[in-house]
Amino acid sequence: MTALTKLFRTTTFRLSLTYLALFGAAAVVAIFYIYWNTTVLLTRQLHDTIDAELKGLAEQYADGGLTQLVRTVADRSQTPGSSLYYVADPQGHRVAGNLTSITQELSNSLGPVEFEYSRPAEGGIETRLAFANVFRLPGGYRLIVGRDIEDRRELARVIRSAMLWGLGVMALFGIGGGYLVSRNLLARIDAVAATTRTIMEGDLTGRLPINGSGDELDRLSQSLNLMLARIEQLMAGLREVSDNIAHDLKTPLNRLRNRVEAALREPYGEPTYREALERTIEEADGLIKTFNALLSIARLEAGAGGDNKESLDVAAVVHDVAELYEPVAEERGITLRAEPVEPVFVRADRQLLGQAIANLVDNAIKYGAPERAHSGNGSEPEVSVAIHARGPMAEIIVTDRGPGVPSPDRDRVLDRFVRLEASRSEPGSGLGLSLVAAVARLHGGALRLEDNRPGLRVVLSLPAENRALLNVAGHQTPGAELRSA
Amino acid sequence: MRVLVIEDDQETASFLRRALKEQGHVAEYAADGQTGLELARANAYDVLIVDRMLPKCDGLAVIGSLRAEEIGTPALILSALGEVDDRVKGLRAGGDDYLTKPYAFSELLARIEALARRKSPEEGSTRFVVGDLVLDRLSHKVTRAGEPIMLQPREFRLLEYLMKHAGQVVTRTMLLENVWDYHFDPQTNVIDVHVSRLRSKIDKNFATPLLHTVRGAGYTIRDSAH
Repeated sequence: MTALTKLFRTTTFRLSLTYLALFGAAAVVAIFYIYWNTTVLLTRQLHDTIDAELKGLAEQYADGGLTQLVRTVADRSQTPGSSLYYVADPQGHRVAGNLTSITQELSNSLGPVEFEYSRPAEGGIETRLAFANVFRLPGGYRLIVGRDIEDRRELARVIRSAMLWGLGVMALFGIGGGYLVSRNLLARIDAVAATTRTIMEGDLTGRLPINGSGDELDRLSQSLNLMLARIEQLMAGLREVSDNIAHDLKTPLNRLRNRVEAALREPYGEPTYREALERTIEEADGLIKTFNALLSIARLEAGAGGDNKESLDVAAVVHDVAELYEPVAEERGITLRAEPVEPVFVRADRQLLGQAIANLVDNAIKYGAPERAHSGNGSEPEVSVAIHARGPMAEIIVTDRGPGVPSPDRDRVLDRFVRLEASRSEPGSGLGLSLVAAVARLHGGALRLEDNRPGLRVVLSLPAENRALLNVAGHQTPGAELRSA
Repeated sequence: MRVLVIEDDQETASFLRRALKEQGHVAEYAADGQTGLELARANAYDVLIVDRMLPKCDGLAVIGSLRAEEIGTPALILSALGEVDDRVKGLRAGGDDYLTKPYAFSELLARIEALARRKSPEEGSTRFVVGDLVLDRLSHKVTRAGEPIMLQPREFRLLEYLMKHAGQVVTRTMLLENVWDYHFDPQTNVIDVHVSRLRSKIDKNFATPLLHTVRGAGYTIRDSAH
């Protein structure tokens, strides 16, 4: 496809052609209308003038017969103007009038007639158009009274040429403008297409050009760029994940293999084998857990698992989870408090929401344990779970008094497999918060980490359902009996 | 217990059969859905172990056909698909329990034993008795040797589930699923702590412990005198 045919096939160009045709037709109609009406008006004026002349001449004829008529005609012929007179004898010869000669055709006709006549002008004789009324007078004489209507012919010519020129200029501007606009647009589209091709070839850093005009193409490019940024981020995530999988799954696999190998080399027999095998199973279980968590996150991020969403009370889920973890917290010397709240409804998958909250509480208990808390600041080893309604969001807030997460690391710890150095000694896959973040995203919410001064404050916000009318009074406030001494 | 294993992977199937035999169960085997369906129709099994993806006739379809014919043999679905919605689909198709591969054999065993017990009349009884421990489901009262024991609502449900499966091994995941109705894997030993709390309430002041830990598997409640 050549550049020109490509241009002609653009929507813009076709649109400009269509508009050109429409405007052209409209212009023709308008001009024709003006011309027509002008002609009608002029014709009426013409007839009126001729009628008036005739009336005057008829009076003269009635007064003094042919002689007076001829005199009057001769008189009037002296005054310059566009009126034309001619009195012919029965042979057709001129008796009086300002027309030098008439054609045979005119002398034979009767009534209104249009004809051409010649008159002297600068540099010769010119032929002009005229309109006249022809009367037969008694005795074979004829009276011709008319007016020069060459101006009308001129008007028609002017209008015709105006129309032609106008249409021509319009077509020129239309096609030219269409060409320029299309070329401009086509150039931008081509730039977009070129960028897209480089992106398809694997260079995800490419971005569509934006010229800053804020027009529709710019806005489209902006949205597409956001999409590209998200895709790039996802791809980077995927790459990072595969690297991490390689590391975090291969390391334990290798450990497992080493252990089995070492056991095989052991000469001591069954008890050693048994122990090695048991450790192998433990290691395998750990691997399976990591693998399951990874798959869950991947599925959540792909948008799966949203089918089991139902309207449920976050307060009840929080209560359940707090109750599930309360003994563990107590065992570790941590007070787990679930703030009593009114029911807050969200549309969520109970299992996923439960797991997300459980992960947060689990983390808080692990890292908010007394030996980890800042010594000497007097803060109680305490983990609390609360729910706040903030605008349209329900916020589930889990706080601890542990070492917290330094602000530069707060976004990073949400990524898969990221574990801060301080937490390496605790068992865990580094996938817990990633899973919570994925659950939050799936439900249209978000996860953010804040400073609890001291400690960590994790906020899981989910869009709340407006169920104000359904909040039945007297709902049991959870949490009260959970306070461990 | 007579078990039918419908599983297309030869090695898994023979491992399951050998392990089940070691536990004193009779295990039969079908390598595809069609054969499995025919066997399940023809014989009275206590439990079916059905792989979800099978040649000829898919696992869920096998269970669906059986249920349509009003054959209510309890069925455990084995699947590599482990997400909540997969589980829901499996249970909706008529499966009674769902276990994700890879699994521990102890988990599988505990689950099929629990399933086989479902048919027993004890299921619907209002009073569970293990040794001198009595749980009354109607009055929500628990006594040991006639002395009342105060339990939190969740502890009551935990004990109720354990006593319903008295003499059987109950795994931690089974407890989480049936007592808390959560199907995820809590990273910490939350269930163990709940069980040890319960144990301190029912066993602490008594000579014979009733609630036992089964190493590498889970818990069981039984009267050790028997």
